[in-house]
Amino acid sequence: MAPPGVEIGNLGLRYAGASIFEDLNVTLRAGEFSVLLGPSGVGKTSLLRIIAGLEAPASGYVRATDGKPLSGRIAYMAQQDLLLPWASVLNNVMLGAALRGGAKDTDKAMALLERVGLHSRARTLPAQLSGGERQRVALARTLYEDRPVVLMDEPFSALDAITRARIQNLAAELLAGRTVLLITHDPMEACRLGHSLAVLWGSPARLGPPIIVPGAPPRALDDDAVLHNQGELLRRLAGLAA
Amino acid sequence: MIRPFVTLGVFIAGWWALTAFIAIPPFMLPSPQAVGAAVWTQRDYLAANTLVTLTEIILGLIAGALLGGVAALGIAASPVLQRWLMPILVLSQAIPVFALAPLLVLWLGFGIGSKVAMAVLVIFFPVTANFLDGLRRTEPGWLDLARTMNATPALVLLRLRLPAALPAFASGLRVATAIAPIGAILGEWVGASSGLGYVMINANARIETDLMFAALAILAAMAITLYVAVDHALRRLLRWAPGA
Repeated sequence: MAPPGVEIGNLGLRYAGASIFEDLNVTLRAGEFSVLLGPSGVGKTSLLRIIAGLEAPASGYVRATDGKPLSGRIAYMAQQDLLLPWASVLNNVMLGAALRGGAKDTDKAMALLERVGLHSRARTLPAQLSGGERQRVALARTLYEDRPVVLMDEPFSALDAITRARIQNLAAELLAGRTVLLITHDPMEACRLGHSLAVLWGSPARLGPPIIVPGAPPRALDDDAVLHNQGELLRRLAGLAA
Repeated sequence: MIRPFVTLGVFIAGWWALTAFIAIPPFMLPSPQAVGAAVWTQRDYLAANTLVTLTEIILGLIAGALLGGVAALGIAASPVLQRWLMPILVLSQAIPVFALAPLLVLWLGFGIGSKVAMAVLVIFFPVTANFLDGLRRTEPGWLDLARTMNATPALVLLRLRLPAALPAFASGLRVATAIAPIGAILGEWVGASSGLGYVMINANARIETDLMFAALAILAAMAITLYVAVDHALRRLLRWAPGA
């Protein structure tokens, strides 16, 4: 089934009297990676949490473009891997089933672990994995949920450059065809993975004009479009900092 | 590993010097040799009574840990239970256990029951308080993740909050293990026909100070062994929790 897009309209959010968003409008296009950048504290994570249903906006709406409810169709991947330290890698992947009380699909979980290259570590505890491996388990757990919409909040920011590039390839390949919102601080990551990039800035926050990157993700690190758009993105972000 | 034994050796040497070079009457401070001799000559009597006290402490620990665990889970799961149980919990600590001891002996008799009840009363609170604290401090990221997974509240409590709170439960259990002997011995002092507390009260009345010290030494050794065993078991069980 084709994934829906996500439409965010007239969104308003206030924290301790300060307005974070006022009348924010944006659409995440169906089946594409939308990437959101912007300075720290501008409200990127708040926006993602509102879409995930973890936080209620003061005003406005978040809805699927196919008119059906979004609840139950969103998977969420945070900056921390959020693996349970007492559960094996395999049980971490199947956490959703355990918490809903449904049957666990071990075959599916093992197949996903194979795709992220960790099926031989299925019985290990997370503490025995490296940072990159832990994030790959988190990715497998996200995929196990099999939701059409995936929200990712700087999921690879704590990894070293090589590990990050590898897991970016993996994420692009495994999440292809889903509607993805990725928050990142890394312009290179944005240009490698995003179909469209936008910068959130100001107070109350608003979205700059989107950058559309040609070609299918994951793009090569030295792809012309990646390098060109990375420059453009850096100029925009630097302009905000000035 | 060697350090506690060095400390113990220095302690006993100091004790021996005190009795050998200063004229303290033996009924006030018997020498280590006299206490050792009392342990040996009265070994059957002491062993039987040690077994009674140990049984009281272990039964009290099991019952107190279960009760404390269930109470904390109930309070964490239901606001109604919280409103009803919290005052009882606080009240159980507000009344000194010393004041309750005669009453418990009156109600539950001179046997093991009143001592187990005393131990439970002492243990219950640290277990409940620590476990509840753990249940309330689940990593917020995990709870967010559970929400996006459409988890049911009961399963989140059982499979997420409960295991996450086990290190806190273990802290409560360690405190409980350290203080459980207080409850048992106190119960024996107030009224009993066996147990190390009973031995001490009796020996004291007959000015058999060496026997009293023997009972005390056995009690200390038992309490320390129990604590080390529980601590070791908890560390093994909670290997995933660093520093637990």
